[in-house]
Amino acid sequence: MPVIWLIVIVLALAAAGFILGRTRAMQSAGGDSRHLHSLPTYYGSNVALKAVVPAMLLMVVWLVAQPFYVNGVVSGMIPDSAIADGSSRGLVLAEVRRAADGLDNAVAQGAISEEFARNARADFTDVTTRLKEAGQIVTTQITQPVLRAAQEYRVINATGNMIMSGVVILVALLGVFWGLRETNKDFRARNVVEKSVMALLIAAASIAVLTTVGIVLSLIFNTIEFFRLYPASEFFGSLTWAPSFGGGSELGVLPLLWGTFYISLVALIVAVPIGLFAAVYLSEYASKPVRSFAKPMLEVLAGIPTIVYGLFALLTIGPMLLSVFGPDGTGWMGGQRAVITAGLAMGIMLIPFVSSLSDDIINAVPQAMRDGSYGLGATKSETIKQVILPAALPGIVGAVLLATSRAIGETMIVVLGAGAAARLSLNPFEAMTTVTAKIVSQLTGDSDFASPEALVAFALGMTLFIMTLGLNVFALYIVRKYREQYD
Amino acid sequence: MYDAPHTERDVDQQDIKISARKVQVYYGTTHAIKDVDCDIEDKTVTAFIGPSGCGKSTFLRCLNRMNDTIDVCRVEGDISIDGEDIYDKRVDPVQLRAKVGMVFQKPNPFPKSIYDNIAYGPRIHGLAKSKADLDEIVEKSLRRGAIWDEVKDRLDAPGTGLSGGQQQRLCIARAIATEPEVLLMDEPCSALDPIATSQVEELIDELRQDYSVVIVTHSMQQAARVSQKTAFFHLGNLVEFGDTGKIFTNPVDSRTESYITGRIG
Repeated sequence: MPVIWLIVIVLALAAAGFILGRTRAMQSAGGDSRHLHSLPTYYGSNVALKAVVPAMLLMVVWLVAQPFYVNGVVSGMIPDSAIADGSSRGLVLAEVRRAADGLDNAVAQGAISEEFARNARADFTDVTTRLKEAGQIVTTQITQPVLRAAQEYRVINATGNMIMSGVVILVALLGVFWGLRETNKDFRARNVVEKSVMALLIAAASIAVLTTVGIVLSLIFNTIEFFRLYPASEFFGSLTWAPSFGGGSELGVLPLLWGTFYISLVALIVAVPIGLFAAVYLSEYASKPVRSFAKPMLEVLAGIPTIVYGLFALLTIGPMLLSVFGPDGTGWMGGQRAVITAGLAMGIMLIPFVSSLSDDIINAVPQAMRDGSYGLGATKSETIKQVILPAALPGIVGAVLLATSRAIGETMIVVLGAGAAARLSLNPFEAMTTVTAKIVSQLTGDSDFASPEALVAFALGMTLFIMTLGLNVFALYIVRKYREQYD
Repeated sequence: MYDAPHTERDVDQQDIKISARKVQVYYGTTHAIKDVDCDIEDKTVTAFIGPSGCGKSTFLRCLNRMNDTIDVCRVEGDISIDGEDIYDKRVDPVQLRAKVGMVFQKPNPFPKSIYDNIAYGPRIHGLAKSKADLDEIVEKSLRRGAIWDEVKDRLDAPGTGLSGGQQQRLCIARAIATEPEVLLMDEPCSALDPIATSQVEELIDELRQDYSVVIVTHSMQQAARVSQKTAFFHLGNLVEFGDTGKIFTNPVDSRTESYITGRIG
């Protein structure tokens, strides 16, 4: 039975349980809902929850565990002799799975009968040709052990699914009975239901946290592997970034960090003043119609994919800068890919972040502050400069730090706008590259995944993760401190 | 209605500081203040009383044009201070507010040091020639605000760290520092405990020597304690205006009597 039908059945049971639970509760109260501890729907929800939650949990666990069990059994069926030289048990097992899937699909199409698919004495050459006729992709020739294993695989899987369906439906039914047994007018159904909702919320929150932990773990093992192959002192100390897949590459992180820092700095020099001034205008000077038009317009900028900004840098900003600073102009700029090109594009990307967050923060400064200042005879501009901005400063700093971590993590604009040369230079008209752009270039292409040249990407990712994490924690700390001041 | 004959008050007639004639205030389409005439005397504490929403705070905010900061608000009629129309086009509301100080219902110290809170007004109006001058203004204002002894050792501490009563006295000191001629107070004690309230009331009584003080209050006891003149507002009308003693003991209008005895409001 397909899983989707199983889910539908369990949900139908839950719906039935809901109605039964509500009716039973009403009966126990003599038809008057005022005698119930909770509202009738809570009794229904209690029964429905008890039907759905254990059954679904069981199903998820079963679906995760079954492939491991089946693999274990099938793997035992394949003799070592069936594994060709240069191949491995894992590859043969993958072939078994493909063959089994092929059989499944062929049966579903009606190209072969179920008996034929199960026939243990079927000739494997015949099976192969018939599978190919049915349009199933099968590797070369299915060997006898593989075919036997695939057939066994199908059988075990089918039985497993059947048992699972039965057990899950049984558990759902038991849940309904459990919920119904509890239901009487004094049962505190509301408290139970609210506790379950809380559990749901906790689960949602932990998934977010656990994902972060998972990301860190996936980086850590590869990073450790990298530092086993390449000395950490070289990685953090060397001034050269020169990976060569033939070996003997120098993988110093400093030029990349410098590029990241320099491009982010240019971006912030562009974004912070413009964003802040825009925020001040929008929150203090703009009339309602202007504000209701301009603020969404600015925020639309935040929704543009960064690759589009990258194209903008490549097609517009770069050539424009080149015509002014290039060989025809002042002669400072060699090519259109430079720190300043990427920095400007990134700065434009960051303007809505800075302005939108700062605008919210400036609006959060209490009206009493403005009244107090106006009441003393201050002008609007004096009030903004001397009262509102100082009061909003911690929040604005938080906004800038959040924008900074966006800038540090930015990739596409750098790839398109700043070039690929890792360089330690102060000249903003030179091409440079960043940590993120290099992670992409080290992991794309046909490199051996076990070489330090590929593994270095994980060390770079880890460095970046720690840097932005630190910045975000610091920004959140500042923003929170600011909030305490007025609440 | 404000029909009480002027002659009754002529006995102790002093200089008129603020004179309002036929003042109308609209919030969008709501008519918040209807046809108010009122003369506020110099070196006197005038109390505005009345039920919530009667327009007393709105009228107070007309006197230093704080209503200008509200978009939908429209003021008609004449209000003049020392004979000068404050709604004249040539009048800079910013200059006016330096002359007519205001203290708000909730203490609103700036998130700056105590010193900078007081020095804010003098700095923006250029009242101090030197640092020593500014120090002197700050000390004088804090003394007049009756808070000097409590804060003299921590002028660098943030003003927001003071207690509610101290914050309100700090705000009064801040308003005094710009040397206004009129001090408007919008329910200055509503957020304070009884002890802080009595300190602020004592302060208001002292301020009377130099300023014309207008105070909006919900507490009739407070109006009776601190003011010499009382105006009773009801539904946007100035119902009765006269000597505090007379308003509280022998009101002319039946609505005033009802409010004072607690039957409306």
